[in-house]
Amino acid sequence: MSELSVNHLLGIKYLSKQDIQLIFETADHFKEVINRPIKKVPSLRDITIANLFFENSTRTKLSFELAEKRLSADVINFSSGQSSVKKGETLIDTVNNILSMKVDMVVMRHPNPGAGVFLSKHVNASIINAGDGAHEHPTQALLDSYSIREKLGDVKGKKVVIVGDVLHSRVALSNIFALQLQGAQVMVCGPKTLIPKYIDKLGVKVETNLRKALNWCDVANMLRVQNERMDISYFPSTREYTQQFGVNKNLLDSLDKEITIMHPGPINRGVEITSDVADSKQSIILDQVQNGVAVRMAVIYLLASKIKQ
Amino acid sequence: MSQKVLLNEKEVNIILHRLACQLIEKHNDFSNTVLIGLQPRGVFLADRLAKILSEDYNVKNIKLGHLDITFYRDDFRRGEKTLEANTTKINFLVEDKNIVFIDDVLYTGRSIRAALTAIQSFGRPNEIELLTLIDRRFSRHLPIQPDYRGRQVDVINNEKVKVNWKEHDNEDSVYLIEK
Repeated sequence: MSELSVNHLLGIKYLSKQDIQLIFETADHFKEVINRPIKKVPSLRDITIANLFFENSTRTKLSFELAEKRLSADVINFSSGQSSVKKGETLIDTVNNILSMKVDMVVMRHPNPGAGVFLSKHVNASIINAGDGAHEHPTQALLDSYSIREKLGDVKGKKVVIVGDVLHSRVALSNIFALQLQGAQVMVCGPKTLIPKYIDKLGVKVETNLRKALNWCDVANMLRVQNERMDISYFPSTREYTQQFGVNKNLLDSLDKEITIMHPGPINRGVEITSDVADSKQSIILDQVQNGVAVRMAVIYLLASKIKQ
Repeated sequence: MSQKVLLNEKEVNIILHRLACQLIEKHNDFSNTVLIGLQPRGVFLADRLAKILSEDYNVKNIKLGHLDITFYRDDFRRGEKTLEANTTKINFLVEDKNIVFIDDVLYTGRSIRAALTAIQSFGRPNEIELLTLIDRRFSRHLPIQPDYRGRQVDVINNEKVKVNWKEHDNEDSVYLIEK
């Protein structure tokens, strides 16, 4: 097993357990690379990658760009704000125009679920989904699992609770797929209005009491409340949300065991977690960010090696 | 597929001791020298030489590292398979050090070219030398020659030289394999 089973990374749903294993083993090597005095390798010097962001992003975009540059790929960036998309160009036209400039790989974030899958069927390039609406965000789930593996040794058998706005979260769905594939148990916790109706069909536990959920888990992945995606009111007030589903130091200290706290960012400090929790020893939030670069390097490297010359 | 023994255990052992002595002749107490075994197969030779130097010749404080060159190779996307990486283990800076690259077989010289690029990520060494157990003559693609060689052999292109190590393959030996 030395090759990915897929030519695109569209979602965790399309990956096998062996694929994830291969990505993690490759990421281990890249993690060593990015801690060297010179953090760059020349592997992808003949590959050009386009980062197409049709939706805002800071962390993911920087992380992908850094990963690409550390592999010596040529990088072009595109944000829909300053583009011809506003003039009415279709997605396929936009991408084909970019590809005619000899681009080998496309990293795309798009507000519509399934945009990556659609694109992979219509254009001739390797596609990496960097988030499609509330559907999947595969590289985030991979780096989350990688960080759990690094902190706790293995993902298998661990209990992970995903807390917060599961309804609007692509991170939640990709994490559920990734964790289950590796043999972890998953629970979701949040206000009933923010838990999708049939989520138990995915084989996850549902809990509305945060204290019970935290007492059950080894790892808590705290999601951000995505106000920008909320067209109606899902809970009475932010203050009430924080009282019921926010994690603070007192709550953490009152648990029977020491759990690990994760957050995909950006954090709303004082809403889903307090500052003293985010900056505590139990939090691996900044490790997640560092691992993000190594994991994305691994994904890009493994996909690029399948592009024929 | 037929195979012929090039070196047996006793011969390998004699050569390793000679190479160790040649290293001592040049590097004295190894105070400014580092041995770097190239992944995947050069690390066995590097580990063995370090062991002989410290146990049989009483050389103290040998700095030993393993370097993986996968991400620096010039044949990415040119073969059928994804190039799989190995572990790099260099927990010191090589700035101003005298480096000895150690590999089992020198063939086209392309791995050494990649290693010369890779090692730059760890600093600017004072000098770099090359030690190989087997030197395949007349098969170089690049102007690279070893400073220390165990045995020079003439091998045609469809033949393969396989070096076995006790730690990994249950015996110390070198075979010439005809494909």
